[in-house]
Amino acid sequence: MTLYLMAGLLFTPLAWAVLTLLVGFTRGRLITWAGILVQVLVSLTLWLAVSRDGGFYYGLGGWDAPLGIELRVDGLAVTFVLLTAVVASACAIHAGVYIDPDKPWHRYFWPLFWFLWSGLNAVWLGGDLFNLYVGLELISLAAVGLVALGGSVAALRASIRYLLAALLGSLAYLLGVALMYGQFGTLSIAGVVFWLDQHPVPAGSGLALALMIAGLALKTALFPLHRWLPPAHGIARSPVSALLSALVIKASFYIAARLWLELGEPLGSLAAAQLVGLMGSAAVVWGSWLACRQPELKQVVAYSSVAQIGYLFLLFPLTYSVSESVALQARQGMTLQVISHALAKAAMFLAAGNLILSTGSSRVNALTGVSRFLPFSLFSFGLAGVSLMGLPPSGGFAAKWLLLQASLGSAQWWWVLVLLAGGLLSAVYVFRIYRASFLDGPETDQFYHPPRSLELVPMVLALMALGLGLVADPVLSVMALPLEDGSR
Amino acid sequence: MTVPLLYALAGTVLCGIGLLGLLWLSHLLRKLLAFNILGSGVFLVLVGLPQHQGGPDPVPQALVLTGIVVAIAATALAVVLIRRYYHLSGMTSLEDEPPARKGGRQ
Repeated sequence: MTLYLMAGLLFTPLAWAVLTLLVGFTRGRLITWAGILVQVLVSLTLWLAVSRDGGFYYGLGGWDAPLGIELRVDGLAVTFVLLTAVVASACAIHAGVYIDPDKPWHRYFWPLFWFLWSGLNAVWLGGDLFNLYVGLELISLAAVGLVALGGSVAALRASIRYLLAALLGSLAYLLGVALMYGQFGTLSIAGVVFWLDQHPVPAGSGLALALMIAGLALKTALFPLHRWLPPAHGIARSPVSALLSALVIKASFYIAARLWLELGEPLGSLAAAQLVGLMGSAAVVWGSWLACRQPELKQVVAYSSVAQIGYLFLLFPLTYSVSESVALQARQGMTLQVISHALAKAAMFLAAGNLILSTGSSRVNALTGVSRFLPFSLFSFGLAGVSLMGLPPSGGFAAKWLLLQASLGSAQWWWVLVLLAGGLLSAVYVFRIYRASFLDGPETDQFYHPPRSLELVPMVLALMALGLGLVADPVLSVMALPLEDGSR
Repeated sequence: MTVPLLYALAGTVLCGIGLLGLLWLSHLLRKLLAFNILGSGVFLVLVGLPQHQGGPDPVPQALVLTGIVVAIAATALAVVLIRRYYHLSGMTSLEDEPPARKGGRQ
């Protein structure tokens, strides 16, 4: 049973990437729908299987580490696999209608989309450092290709900038992997932890961890390394922006978080943890502030991503040398923040895409009068905004509440200020969009009305982000499931 | 100083050269070459460093093969993007903003 599930999970995206490469955009869409069905079913079954029986290690094709690829299927990984299935399917359904099938280069959308999905699954499940690198590169190359699909000079600029940043980040990570292998003689994260249990910590081995986390922070666009993100996410087609903001940046963060949670205690230091937290806080404040000042709608949403990434990095100080219960709260807060941000930001980008389609302009000022004639798209945008602001009962509220409790529990009150300031500033940029749309515009309806399917997708995602706070407990209980064989 | 350590040190130097090039040079092809030098440096560290436990270690050799494939794929993608960018805009660097686009980048 698990064999088929794992094969389905990893094999279908690759197979579908090749299949869709052979056909045009419209046929590729049909084939993709079949693939989405398979992926969603497989992800859901795997999630149910793990929530019933607990996590396990899985050697791909019967080959065990170090020769084979060993996958680590735990509660957190399957939760993210399921999240990817939900968000990616929503974006694919939206893209199938949104993207113009007549432009010849758009036929490459589906292959790139599937390569991206296979890379994401590989990263969520990867158990050793080198395969995580391969997964990361697969994701980056596919994502850069997707940004370049815009076709204009500005899109190419943004994608080249993105590619250079992503490559530099990956190489920094790989250099860290090389140093770690040279030191510990193993590539599996569990193996390194095991080694560190047996031996005293060698001097200077924090450098490897620092290099890896710096590279991953560049790929996640943590302040002050965020400069490549807003052009790339702003210029890409809206479904692509949604994929990039919701999932791609989470992949590199996920690896950084896994490394920190397992190796941070022996290899890290208090100064490093506080520094990362400080950069995260700066990202929250500076990103939100810039989001308030952007003239273009999608740039507002992109800078809001920079800010929301900042919250994730509060995980670092909140799990370093604190009590077990505080660390658990911080981990849970981080997971909920990843999930709720993925859902809300995908909804927001898709809704922004609809609004841009309706007004024919990407500027915030062009929204004048939208509230009167297109309330539905605007409503999804607002619901997603509620989760980003962190108002109850949204997932964003639950996440920030947990982070708040963790800050107070570990007597690091300064992060509370960041959480409050970030919430207020995000309210400012969401209401700024609303203010623009409520201004009285022309008396007659001159807007293009997008098809219902385009409007429905962001609404569903926004409602899921909003409802996440209500089902946080079951989600968190699956996420906390340990592996059956934790010693390897 | 042992020979493997020498490899690793040479790799570090290459990494430094590549990093400087990537950050300082503005011509996109030069940036790409700098990236390749940086990559070679990392691969050299990867094969050079773990050898000191007596005899070469086969695992990093296999990893570097995969790494080279990834680097070639990335280089190919970058070359395609740079060529297309050059055809459309006539520019070889990212520094000067094209006149058509204002705002967005702060």
